[in-house]
Amino acid sequence: MMKKYWIVFTLLGFYFSGYSQAFVTKNGMIRFYSETKLEKIEAVNRQVNVAFMPPTGDFFFKVLIKSFNFEKALMQEHFNENYLESAKYPDATFVGKITNYQEINFKKDGTYPANVEGKLTIHGQTRQVKQTGTLEIKNGLVTARAKFSILLADYNISVPNTVVNNISKSIEITVEATMAELNKN
Amino acid sequence: MRLNPRIIFFLLLLIFPSLLPAQDTLANLFRDKKPPVEYAEAAFKTTRIVIGQSIENTPQGNILLTISHHFGAMNTGYENLFGLKQAAFRFGAEYGITKRLVLGLGLNTDRNTWDGFLKYKILRQKSGGKKFPFSLTAFANTAIYTTKWDVPDRKNYFTSRISYCFQALMARKFNEWLTLQITPSMVHKNLVPTSADHNDIFTLGAGGRAKVSERVSINAEYHHIFPGQVVSYKVYDSFSIGVDIETGGHVFQIFLTNSTGENEEGFLTNTTGRWNKGDIFLGFNINRIFTVFEPKSFRE
Repeated sequence: MMKKYWIVFTLLGFYFSGYSQAFVTKNGMIRFYSETKLEKIEAVNRQVNVAFMPPTGDFFFKVLIKSFNFEKALMQEHFNENYLESAKYPDATFVGKITNYQEINFKKDGTYPANVEGKLTIHGQTRQVKQTGTLEIKNGLVTARAKFSILLADYNISVPNTVVNNISKSIEITVEATMAELNKN
Repeated sequence: MRLNPRIIFFLLLLIFPSLLPAQDTLANLFRDKKPPVEYAEAAFKTTRIVIGQSIENTPQGNILLTISHHFGAMNTGYENLFGLKQAAFRFGAEYGITKRLVLGLGLNTDRNTWDGFLKYKILRQKSGGKKFPFSLTAFANTAIYTTKWDVPDRKNYFTSRISYCFQALMARKFNEWLTLQITPSMVHKNLVPTSADHNDIFTLGAGGRAKVSERVSINAEYHHIFPGQVVSYKVYDSFSIGVDIETGGHVFQIFLTNSTGENEEGFLTNTTGRWNKGDIFLGFNINRIFTVFEPKSFRE
């Protein structure tokens, strides 16, 4: 029952605070990449939940760790079992804002730089992050793109000595999500 | 009219919509989605518990190469370097044809036996949106020994070289560190030594693993052979205990067992060693997996 109330509250919340302009997708993409002399590791996830609210600049994404696909099945197993411990920490989230949202004209097609700030949680570790990306407005759709690196050590992801040369200490992350306005979904 | 606190909250919300923390509402957008189905994965580190099959399959598009090695019996003394002078060996390769089906081949030094098997995942343990409590895999193999005939001075048929094994592997991953499996098996031998010996031999096995760290687990398995089926020679239940060490690309399994055979017919129906008599064999499996085809979902 409470669930239904939440939906009502949420929708009402949108209505009364001008939140009707929420852009969302459930098919955002996150790709990550690690390269060392010995090994290249790449994974992609195309089921990322992303939401953005232009009136406040609030930006959110959530990704299930288990739905990352790897080139090698064994890597995927180890990623879930040993590194990200997806049974214990099933998802990664970002909760924050696009701080320069007022400079973006959502009525006009174009690509705008976006400054993103907020809390990134991976492997149960939350860190304040600040990155830049772009927002592309086209035919009423908003595409958010960003590329940045994170350090495994920042998120308490430890790599055993035997494979320390196979996994990069810094992982490059690419985010791309095309969001449509909520009520048009 | 009694004022329900929910109604008060609702009215407050109408007046002050900003009471809802914005970022929570963003998360709520995805809240009503029904939970995804989660399959229990990595119930075992590799496709064998110790010497017998586990419910794990070689993933689709991957080849698993396995070298299994048993030394001689430890109770054979220093003269025999406590068994280190002997070896029984199996070299195996298996390939994941689909997500559910695996085809395997092996060559055993025990009577130069070739074996081939199919392994099919019938049911998968799952939780979340859909629930099922355990995984069920069917396993069938054929083994053909290719050394000279045991009794050469009679009419021998090629089919006499063949034996089969059928298993239903049922396992449940209880949590991240504990998995238990039950393995009923039937071995069919086309030729048995005497007419009193049964051609169909039934065994019931149980095994499991307990993880002691992310990369190390203790595994054990036991197969009970029901009495009265093999009568012309003494057979005993097979018990093996070992440790799995995963190092990234390899899984090493080091174990102690009272069985010499490496294929199913061998360890289920021809275990002549006894733990309490010191007929213990040290053994190891080296498992290495190679990706031949990457999954479609990886590239668009």
